Amino acid sequence: MSTDTEVGAELPDHLVAHGELRQTEVRQTHRVVIRFAGDSGDGMQLTGDRFTSEAAAFGNDLATLPNFPAEIRAPAGTLPGVSSFQLHFADYDILTPGDRPDVLVAMNPAALKSNLEDLPHGGVLIVNTDEFTKRNLAKVGYESNPLEDDSLAPYQVHQVAMATLTRTALEPTGMSKKDAERAKNMFALGLLSWMYHRGTEGTEQFLREKFAKKPELAEANILAFRTGWNYGETTESFAVTYEVAPAALPTGTYRQITGNLALAYGVVAAGQLAKLPVFLGTYPITPASDVLHELSKHKGMGVTTFQAEDEIAGIGAALGASFGGSLGVTSTSGPGVALKSETIGLAVALELPLLILDVQRGGPSTGLPTKTEQADLLQAMYGRNGEAPVPIIAPASPSECFDAAIQAARIALTYRTPVFLLSDGAIANGSEPWNVPDVDTLPDLSVEFATEPNAPDGSGEFWPYLRDADTLARPWAVPGTAGLEHRIGGLEKADGRGSISYDPDNHDRMVRLRQAKIDGIEVPDVTVEDPDGDAEVLVLGWGSTFGPIGAACRRVRGAGLSVAQAHLRNLNPLPDNLGEVLGRYRRVVVPEMNLGQLAMLLRAKYLVDARSYTKVAGLPFGAEELAGVLTDAVKGDLPA
Amino acid sequence: MTTVDLPLPGSSGSKLGGLDLVPTTDETQKAKDFTSDQEVRWCPGCGDYAVLASVRSFLPELGLKRENIVFVSGIGCSSRFPYYLDTYGMHSIHGRAPAIATGLAVTRPDLSVWVVTGDGDALSIGGNHLIHALRRNMNITILLFNNRIYGLTKGQYSPTSEVGKVTKSTPMGSVDAPFNPVSLALGAEATFVGRALDSDRKGLTEVLRQAAAHRGASLVEIFQDCPIFNDGSFDVLRKGDEVSQRLIPLVDGEPIRFGNDGEFGVVRAASGGLEVRKVDEVGEDALVVHRADEQDPTQAFALSRLSDQDLTHTVTGIFRNVERPTYDDGARAQVTAATEQAQQRGDDLQALLRGKDTWAVMPTPENEQ
Repeated sequence: MSTDTEVGAELPDHLVAHGELRQTEVRQTHRVVIRFAGDSGDGMQLTGDRFTSEAAAFGNDLATLPNFPAEIRAPAGTLPGVSSFQLHFADYDILTPGDRPDVLVAMNPAALKSNLEDLPHGGVLIVNTDEFTKRNLAKVGYESNPLEDDSLAPYQVHQVAMATLTRTALEPTGMSKKDAERAKNMFALGLLSWMYHRGTEGTEQFLREKFAKKPELAEANILAFRTGWNYGETTESFAVTYEVAPAALPTGTYRQITGNLALAYGVVAAGQLAKLPVFLGTYPITPASDVLHELSKHKGMGVTTFQAEDEIAGIGAALGASFGGSLGVTSTSGPGVALKSETIGLAVALELPLLILDVQRGGPSTGLPTKTEQADLLQAMYGRNGEAPVPIIAPASPSECFDAAIQAARIALTYRTPVFLLSDGAIANGSEPWNVPDVDTLPDLSVEFATEPNAPDGSGEFWPYLRDADTLARPWAVPGTAGLEHRIGGLEKADGRGSISYDPDNHDRMVRLRQAKIDGIEVPDVTVEDPDGDAEVLVLGWGSTFGPIGAACRRVRGAGLSVAQAHLRNLNPLPDNLGEVLGRYRRVVVPEMNLGQLAMLLRAKYLVDARSYTKVAGLPFGAEELAGVLTDAVKGDLPA
Repeated sequence: MTTVDLPLPGSSGSKLGGLDLVPTTDETQKAKDFTSDQEVRWCPGCGDYAVLASVRSFLPELGLKRENIVFVSGIGCSSRFPYYLDTYGMHSIHGRAPAIATGLAVTRPDLSVWVVTGDGDALSIGGNHLIHALRRNMNITILLFNNRIYGLTKGQYSPTSEVGKVTKSTPMGSVDAPFNPVSLALGAEATFVGRALDSDRKGLTEVLRQAAAHRGASLVEIFQDCPIFNDGSFDVLRKGDEVSQRLIPLVDGEPIRFGNDGEFGVVRAASGGLEVRKVDEVGEDALVVHRADEQDPTQAFALSRLSDQDLTHTVTGIFRNVERPTYDDGARAQVTAATEQAQQRGDDLQALLRGKDTWAVMPTPENEQ
């Protein structure tokens, strides 16, 4: 458990309390990391989600990391079938789902084996003993039962026969043994809820709604949940419970939100703010499909969703809708981006608004569908034939996806261009509290369609490629507008008039104009956090590495060293002040979950000796790991 | 999985034509009103000219506002078509026109959306989009120019080229079995399938007229010549004594009969399909009657199979013209219904963003700046 002596890892100095441990059974703690691990069929994601909701409703700050296999149901009890959900909650603002759990709930031997090495010595281990049969142990290569030998001695082990206890409790319901045992995840949730002083009403209400059509299942799950709660309360095996007070977050109305949900809401909001219908053309792909699922629920908010025959048709239909005056959107992951590349190039040539939501996952090829990575940056930046610049925006956390979608829409609509939004698996499925914005404070994205002929020669013609002097955007004239009939296409067009042109000078001019349009997009300056003001090392990240980098910086500063942190939300164009910022520091470290894609761009553009620190393990960086890298960098030992 | 009864337009007897939601004009239109200022750049003698002329002179008949007509094309010689019409148009990328037209048709019921494509564009690279647009019954009209060759890339065989065809990429003859576009469309659940010869302006115009009026996806295969790389490929259907023995023009509701004096007819074959026989051998009563509105596509499919690669018997006209709910009408109906419900409930963006489970963080000394 993270007692007060251990919290310094992420906690700012002024928040590190020095209160004594109470002699009662209730301990106060600032932060806890719990990991639920079990078989894919054990309902660990649901269990984690529910606990997260309780922590959120209680007012803790939190961050989560679901981690599950690509197989829907890998063979039961095997290592590849292990699914886990890690939740970090605290009474202050935290940045990551936590490197290592304080509490590990292992529902079977496979879950124990694949997660134990992350549990620090002294950590709490709660094991469902019912699954520790000879057969299950053999399946994952345990030669002896770890519950019986002394291999778990370094941990605080609680052996609980969760399946048996659940089954026994549910006997009066007349459910089959098998069905009754399936509720053991609710037993685990109940036990943990008791340990951390969480209420029961929220979960009971949730179960009644989830199983509204099968009330008997709802009651069985509630019974299992209460049995777990009561088990903690009445048995003496758990001597201590813990309280994590609500976090002192900025005032506001909060909700818990995942990145994909925030992304979908951002798209709905963008349509409302632009007063345009939204059209999502897409094809199911992990980990982006939840964006489709969510948007398909919001037809009442002017959203049309179209599940196409493939990735290419998804973006094609979205581009067709944009031509017709909708806000066209497509959602995908890396392999889908590869398929959409030609259409993105067409959108660059047509100069029509289009959002490409890329929820990155491990690659190349099919790669690691359910694991995170940020290796699509160069694909988004350059993955097209010809000079085809596309703006790129990358949210840094789940809740930032909302603002990022609105910013992406603003750029797409203002500059008449496709825009990439790079989320990733960690952000997409991870959740955190979100200070829900007042919609009146959101920007107006309304656009003006062209309505009149615009030819500068007074001919009364409409010139589709006559640009706005400030933004270089071309007019958006939608079909149905009399007098503005025009033809656009992928062949090079004459500057202004928009007829097909093979003229060498015109092509050179158009290539440069398209580039200048993207280069000229206004994006906010990058801000630097350097509380000591004397840092010589700057750590620069983008996307979901924000949390681990921030947590690492806290650790480094907590150890008395200075480090400056900056994070890019706009990858193309880069902020105007970035060159100046980079020049202010003697050393620049760029941690990325790829092999150094941003670092390469920075080195090319700014001639700066940016050093990469990279990891592509399908999992976010650990704060401890990055703190080590940064500490070394501050001391002069840079990554190669 | 549960299913729900959908109140789809068209499924409850409401008859909506293909162009009923597109605004019309009282102004008199002529072919030149649909002629853009772009110089037409097809090769001399290209069949595309004939089709362009037919379309330009046919469009005024529709009486639609010109600004509400959109032509979307892919890549290939025929896909330059939109540039030459003074309507809205998009010359897109290879094979993707049906997908792009889909997004346009779903979001803009007030538009008459046309796709211009070729045998390579529609049946090779774009095959997937074509069959799904037909299956969904999108309210679009697809003109498939079939010259049985790749022209723009200078003479490779296409997915409709005959087996054995010698081209630049098949110097020893093609070993690639071709598609029959009409058979393919019928197999893809198309609700309207027609075929015409580029030089037959009357027949082509009649097919186009009915295709445009059809609510749902219409596929019109147009046979045309590529004078440079596949010259005279349809000559046996254009000139000579045998034309009347090869061409089988369909007349809805009539027995299928052809020849100079109607001496040939189409009858049921023992195989279960159809075959051509001399009328005086089988008798008039044996002739099958063509019904384009027959829901069962079996006979239409069998008619498409009368036309072999060698064009011995080539059926033209409208193979199939049936009603089925369209995807775009259905999708819009759901959006409309959901919007009405949302308005009745007073749903708004703020409520959506808040959701059901929120908590308030009140001002405290710590968080008040």
